[in-house]
Amino acid sequence: MSIMVKVEEKLYQNRYIVDESRPHIQIKSVEACQTCEKQACTFCCPAACYSKNETGGVTLVTDGCLECGTCRVVCQDKGNIAWDYPRGGYGISYKFG
Amino acid sequence: MVEKFDAIVIGAGPSGNAATYTLAKQGLKVLQLERGEYPGAKNVQGGIMYSHELEKIIPDFREDCPTERHIIEQRVWLLGEDSYVGTNYRSESFNSDKPNRYTIIRANIDKWWGEQIRKVGGLQICETTVTELIRDPSGKVIGVRTDREGGEIHADVVIMADGVNALLAKRAGLQDEAAPENVALAVKEILFIDPELIQQRFGIKEDEGVVIEIMGKVTKGMVGTAFLYTNKESLTIGIGCLISDFKNGSCPPYRMLEDLKNHPVIKPLIEGAEMKEYAAHMIPEGGYKAVPQLYGDGWMVVGDAAHFNNAAHREGSNLAMASGRMAAETVIELKAAGKGYTASNLAAYKKKLDDSFIMKDLKKYRELPGIMHGNKQFFGAYPDEITAAAHNWFTVDSVDKKTKEKQIMKSFIKRRSVMGLVGDAIKLVRAVR
Repeated sequence: MSIMVKVEEKLYQNRYIVDESRPHIQIKSVEACQTCEKQACTFCCPAACYSKNETGGVTLVTDGCLECGTCRVVCQDKGNIAWDYPRGGYGISYKFG
Repeated sequence: MVEKFDAIVIGAGPSGNAATYTLAKQGLKVLQLERGEYPGAKNVQGGIMYSHELEKIIPDFREDCPTERHIIEQRVWLLGEDSYVGTNYRSESFNSDKPNRYTIIRANIDKWWGEQIRKVGGLQICETTVTELIRDPSGKVIGVRTDREGGEIHADVVIMADGVNALLAKRAGLQDEAAPENVALAVKEILFIDPELIQQRFGIKEDEGVVIEIMGKVTKGMVGTAFLYTNKESLTIGIGCLISDFKNGSCPPYRMLEDLKNHPVIKPLIEGAEMKEYAAHMIPEGGYKAVPQLYGDGWMVVGDAAHFNNAAHREGSNLAMASGRMAAETVIELKAAGKGYTASNLAAYKKKLDDSFIMKDLKKYRELPGIMHGNKQFFGAYPDEITAAAHNWFTVDSVDKKTKEKQIMKSFIKRRSVMGLVGDAIKLVRAVR
């Protein structure tokens, strides 16, 4: 039994300091995602930052990113993710951790 | 002019805090850099904190360290579809003056560490991301570059305590990318609730705590575990599986967590609690064989960044604190002897690790990660069979006990075959001997 989950509702509880228009993760090649069979980032990311799009590729929105690094590990064979930490002070700011 | 320190520590987690405090207390000029808004802002832990390693660094930590509850009862549960088989260990003697284990809220502890570091003269600067190591032409690490303006800082030695992602060492070519089967992804929530309800539901008094470690159906056959911990006014619940399994499955981590929260034996324990934060973090699970190069000219790596985690015993933060302390002590000893921080001199750090519980325990369980990864029956078939067996055994239905025994045995053999069962037993022994 799996319950439908809205991850946005979970992320809504978190504190973020968003670095406007400076995403710390980027997809290197749109085409590489389109030819990626698994697109595992779309179901491995705990914040659902990656979603399949109409072009058969993957859309990345980093606003809810928890900075865990899972996408980097998942995509290492394709090497299609440029992953960096946000600038100092930006990004997720855990109140409890 | 570029500012210069005796040592730079990157990261304000358990290992970086232990290293910075130890160095500052001995009077070294130490700078700790943290990318979060405040210490703890980027850190995630279950969390259970073990006293012993912290006592070695700050003997009287109990005077003001904001721990949650000291643990008097440990439960281990194997979850079936709507059931659990479990063991509990509870002892009144865990109510001592100096408890061995506490539940904690990570951010509170890291802020406290920040104060301790300041008290002994350490300099902790937050909101600063280290972008790369600075090396001289010979390759020796001589400092770090940060994302601040003019953010170049030099030091005689750099201790990398930047956590499981360990980007700095990877970028500098000092460490390989972690394989998906060597790291787990864990997600967790903190749920606030009336402390009276925690005490009633878990049968404990104020300050007493219960922790539950969970395996079975909830990880959907993936290699992983879950947990439920009691804090003072909240519960933390989480679940984690190997990334290689998340990658091959199709159940997103947050759905797995939601299913755990709705499991019939878990739900009554957390009912009515209010979720205040959702967190995710990777955990190094590769053990002994996944430990990278730990030192070189002008650098050492500690804690999660060094892959120090004892998955079998759910110990991580104590290995982190111990390795941070050992790295710091290595620096202090070399400085006192007037020796440089060359790779051959810093080998003393590795020697300390080898002589300690850190490498001894990791070595003992060196086969465990590989065996668990290749044998998912320990996370799928066995929890199923064991809970089904318990259900059969405890259902009184006029079937004689000999027949019940046969039914149970038959079910196990059908699932795993006789040779399979024998093989699994051998594997388990190999994994933990």
